[in-house]
Amino acid sequence: MSGGAGASAGAGQVALELATVDYLILASYFIFVIAIGWVVRRQMKTSKDFFESGRSLPAWICALGFIGANLGAQEVMGMAASGAKYGIATSHFYWVGAIPAMVFVGLFMMPFYYGSKARSVPEYLKLRFDEKTRTFNALSFAVMTVFSSGISMFALAKLLNAILGWNFDACIFFSSLIVLIYIYTGGLTSAIYNEVLQFFLIVLGFLPLVILGLQDIGGWDGLMTNLDAYSATKGMPGAWSSSWAHMGTPTANPIGIEWFGLVAGLGFVLSFGYWCTDFLVIQRAMAAKDMNAARRTPLLAAIPKMLFPALVILPGMLAIALYHKGGTANIPLPMGADGNPDYNMVVPAMLAKYFPNGMLGIGLTALMASFMSGMAGNVTAFNTVWTYDLYQRWFKPNADDAHLIKVGRLTTVVGLLLSACCAYAATKFNNIMDMLQLVFGFVNAPLFAIFLLGMFWRRATGHGAFFGLLIGTLAAMVFQGSTLPVGESVSLLKGGWLGVQHTFVSSMAQNFWMAIFAFSGCFLGTLFISLATKPNRTDDELRGLVYSLTEKQTDVPGSAWYARPMPLGLAVLAATLVLNIIFW
Amino acid sequence: MQLDIRLPMGLLFLLLGIILVTYGFVSDPAIYVKHSLGQNVNLLWGAIFALFGGAMLFLSRKKK
Repeated sequence: MSGGAGASAGAGQVALELATVDYLILASYFIFVIAIGWVVRRQMKTSKDFFESGRSLPAWICALGFIGANLGAQEVMGMAASGAKYGIATSHFYWVGAIPAMVFVGLFMMPFYYGSKARSVPEYLKLRFDEKTRTFNALSFAVMTVFSSGISMFALAKLLNAILGWNFDACIFFSSLIVLIYIYTGGLTSAIYNEVLQFFLIVLGFLPLVILGLQDIGGWDGLMTNLDAYSATKGMPGAWSSSWAHMGTPTANPIGIEWFGLVAGLGFVLSFGYWCTDFLVIQRAMAAKDMNAARRTPLLAAIPKMLFPALVILPGMLAIALYHKGGTANIPLPMGADGNPDYNMVVPAMLAKYFPNGMLGIGLTALMASFMSGMAGNVTAFNTVWTYDLYQRWFKPNADDAHLIKVGRLTTVVGLLLSACCAYAATKFNNIMDMLQLVFGFVNAPLFAIFLLGMFWRRATGHGAFFGLLIGTLAAMVFQGSTLPVGESVSLLKGGWLGVQHTFVSSMAQNFWMAIFAFSGCFLGTLFISLATKPNRTDDELRGLVYSLTEKQTDVPGSAWYARPMPLGLAVLAATLVLNIIFW
Repeated sequence: MQLDIRLPMGLLFLLLGIILVTYGFVSDPAIYVKHSLGQNVNLLWGAIFALFGGAMLFLSRKKK
């Protein structure tokens, strides 16, 4: 990160030159974004409208919002970078690390989120367990969302500064101002509507990039030939062009992980922890108009999600293949400090190469849209959790509805101001940001265990959940403190500060295994403490919150298979399996 | 009354499509040789954007 924000677009950098038509396209988009908030503001009559979209949206809109909130800049830029760095195996982040969890939350967990009276994920924890578990989750979630939206803001401003030479402060100011206006006026509905818009913009804006890149490299065969030649130079022949074939041992693939750590760490703990418990995405499904729509939200979202590798990973693979074929003359990919290409610049380099003015404006708009949808997703989740789970609970339990909307709007302002502070902190203290990310890793990794036990085991107690979480977090810290990725020296950030017991091939492997340990610690901790403590909820209180005490969902008789969650979910899983086999 | 998202979406994509197609006609063909393998992507994708926008507008009308 250091040096990036202030660097000018000089030699070895990607520089884009915009024309009037590009500015016209950008301006049109921003006007529409703000106009949507302005029109929707008349629908904002109660706090339920503002924070929950009045629970009135059809499944397809919620699904695109669900996927749009996740389609932040980290997704678009980061997955393209990983596509260059790891090749096809990056698809594990989708076909292993997302789809199964999305199907699970839709089929099995949504009935409890949507069916209970909870307005947020932390509130579910209060109903199911107790107040301390809720507050712990609400606090860590609130801090994390502000931090994430600040990172988005920082990355956007840094990127625009580097490739267009725009002023860093002005980028921070305008991006937060636009997000502020459309959330302040139109609340969650406005955020979701804009996420739908952003979704289509990103898809239609990036598709031409992929098509042109494929034509240039000589189609799929040309891509594979060049990737194989490239992977041979890295000492792992064929590793860039297959997803599973090289997953036997960590040293055989560029990710540096073996299949078990991948499936258990990423595919189970981290993926289920994110998709099944993160209020940022769950909030979109909870805005649906009825239970069936809420359950189908993540299932419908899984369909574009499973195809996204073609849109976000393929540009990275194309870039590295083009780079191998003709070097920087072929694609303006700058060199990083470590002698490898600067993978994070894959998307800007592809834009610079293939998009003339006109489409360049579209590509840039799509990129900005992805940053903003990521930011807006965090801000709407933050204002809901702050208002319902922290403010209403601890400061004003008897607040009337109009007061809550006012607090929600004010929180939007405060949230964005705090995000901007985080963005500036990131320019100054690179390490503090990495440190925070690590701490969130500790807190989040075990989270799924208490939801799993809470929803499917009625004996789980409030003390069990709360202390189980603490044990899981502690397990994560101890694990990180006693392991180290290869080639790193002992530090608080990289690990090993308790004495190195094991060395991993990559930091990703360390991260996945840490998640496995954190989950196991929390699971066992919650299990035993629950058995040792008295249940703090009666069966009557647990109705609608726990599987065995909740009426099973029945489908509308005679409805089509795709309108019913179970067949839809199974179809999604089957399609994902086929994709895994095709690209084995 | 809820806003139908397909209406603003249709309008935006139609507008973007028109801007791209217009620019595709008036721009210097050299930029396509330099960037997009000689194809006038503004004309092509502008038409696709406009079609998509038109389809969204049609769907939002049809519902009423």
